[in-house]
Amino acid sequence: MNRFFADRRIFYAALALGTWVVWEAIAAASMPIFFPPPEDVARAFWSSLANGTLVEHIAMSYFRILVGWAIGCALAIPLGLLAGRSRIVRMVLEPYIEFFRFIPPIAFITLFLIWFGLGETSKILLIVYTSLFVAFINTLAGAMAVDVEKIRAAQCMGATARQTFAYVVVPATVPHIVTGIRLALGNAFMTVVAAELVAAQSGVGHLIWNSRLFAQTEFVFVGIITLGLMGFAANWALRLITARVAYRYNIKS
Amino acid sequence: MTSIRLRNVSKSFDGDGRAGGAYTALDRLDLDVREGEFFCLLGPTGCGKSTVLHLIAGFDMPSAGSVEVRDHPVAGPGADRGVVFQTELALFPWLTVEENVSFGLRMRGSDAGERAAILDRNLELVGLSKHRRKFPRELSGGMKQRVQIARALANDPDILLMDEPFGALDAQTRRRMQEEVVRIWTEARKTVVFITHDIGEAIWLADRIGVMTRGPAARVKEIVDVKLARPRPAMTPEFAEIYNALSASIHAEAEAMLNE
Ligand SMILES: Nc1ncnc2c1ncn2[C@@H]1O[C@H](COP(=O)(O)OP(=O)(O)OP(=O)(O)O)[C@@H](O)[C@H]1O
Ligand SMILES: [Mg+2]
Repeated sequence: MNRFFADRRIFYAALALGTWVVWEAIAAASMPIFFPPPEDVARAFWSSLANGTLVEHIAMSYFRILVGWAIGCALAIPLGLLAGRSRIVRMVLEPYIEFFRFIPPIAFITLFLIWFGLGETSKILLIVYTSLFVAFINTLAGAMAVDVEKIRAAQCMGATARQTFAYVVVPATVPHIVTGIRLALGNAFMTVVAAELVAAQSGVGHLIWNSRLFAQTEFVFVGIITLGLMGFAANWALRLITARVAYRYNIKS
Repeated sequence: MTSIRLRNVSKSFDGDGRAGGAYTALDRLDLDVREGEFFCLLGPTGCGKSTVLHLIAGFDMPSAGSVEVRDHPVAGPGADRGVVFQTELALFPWLTVEENVSFGLRMRGSDAGERAAILDRNLELVGLSKHRRKFPRELSGGMKQRVQIARALANDPDILLMDEPFGALDAQTRRRMQEEVVRIWTEARKTVVFITHDIGEAIWLADRIGVMTRGPAARVKEIVDVKLARPRPAMTPEFAEIYNALSASIHAEAEAMLNE
């Protein structure tokens, strides 16, 4: 085991070194305005970290992502479970799903700005939309795929319709729900950047857009790298939370 | 005394309205299962054995005719009829062995002390006490079927319905499970309806065997009394005699099916 960790550390160190070398090489062949070298980006990173602006951007983006994602999932999961088990609910929702599935959230930015203004509401709602959709679809698919044998088994052990829903349909759908909320988190990240590019005074998307206006390419890099790290951290945290139930529900990560 | 009574039962599936999709599985089928007996239902594949079991369990309603359990028409599934399903899909993979077995008791709100006692007894009965904290996916196929049996028994149903519960098991495990089922039945004295297409298994287990005709429009063709003393050794002359008779009867149906 020790050997394994040692090897892995060496492996990732080598990978980091390789990335840095390639980056340097590309930067050397280019100009800083197109492709700044790692040390420029590092300097930009430290300066924006030191003056607190980066932390503020991160906080704002995380705030929008997490609030929008949480609301989206909180709506999508019960709705998906319900639609998965009720033909009527499904029949009502299906045409809308089939219609909206081809409309990316970005297409709604303008409309949401008109409806909800330039403040936080429009951005958070956009993230609610994008999270809700994918979490809903996955929950729905899971709830529909519950084996009829499981339902019947519960029924002939005396479970009521409500109990069957709560103790069979819901737990049987958990792996799909987890997949859904993971995908939703990814979608939330993509959408927040789009929303912040168009209309925001803060957030990592705004940092990227604003830096471009002032031709500060190294700060564009800072924004992109920050986003990657933020996503990595969020995914890791989500995995940590789901790890508690992962074995019981046979969730592969 | 009659425990289960099917009269003039027909069952058709509409096949979603597709051309050639509609199918009449059972046509005016009669069947009586006596209180406390071990009844085996035998028949060629696709004849409608599972369909009969589903009607008794209340998973499905007959298109015509009546299905009664203890003189009451069946309106839906209930805890008085425990089911052991053919597939392990019926187990709850997110629950441990003991959580699976005590599921029904929890649903019906039995108190914790009683629950623990029933749980222990039934795990003991199927020899899974040592594996009680495992999840179904950590068990072998035979162990999973034993979980299903313990789970059904823990609800103390009057009637135990088993749909080819040992179909997926190898010969040795199968034999052991058959012995266990007979032992459990001898101890608990339930009415058992057991579906199989293994003639030897039926003779080994049953008080009476119902042989079904081929589908479509299947019925119960004959009822064979198995008056052999238990425990039953395989392949005595009496055993062989019943075996040959049943074999001929089912072969005739299977042949006819292939020639249609
Ligand atoms: N839901 C359904 N829709 C349409 N046809 C069905 C349905 N369920 C069963 N059937 C048909 O009814 C007939 C009887 O099916 P059933 O499952 O009862 O057979 P079986 O005797 O249990 O067969 P096996 O021994 O292979 O399990 C089959 O021809 C099958 O195709
Ligand atoms: Mg069957």
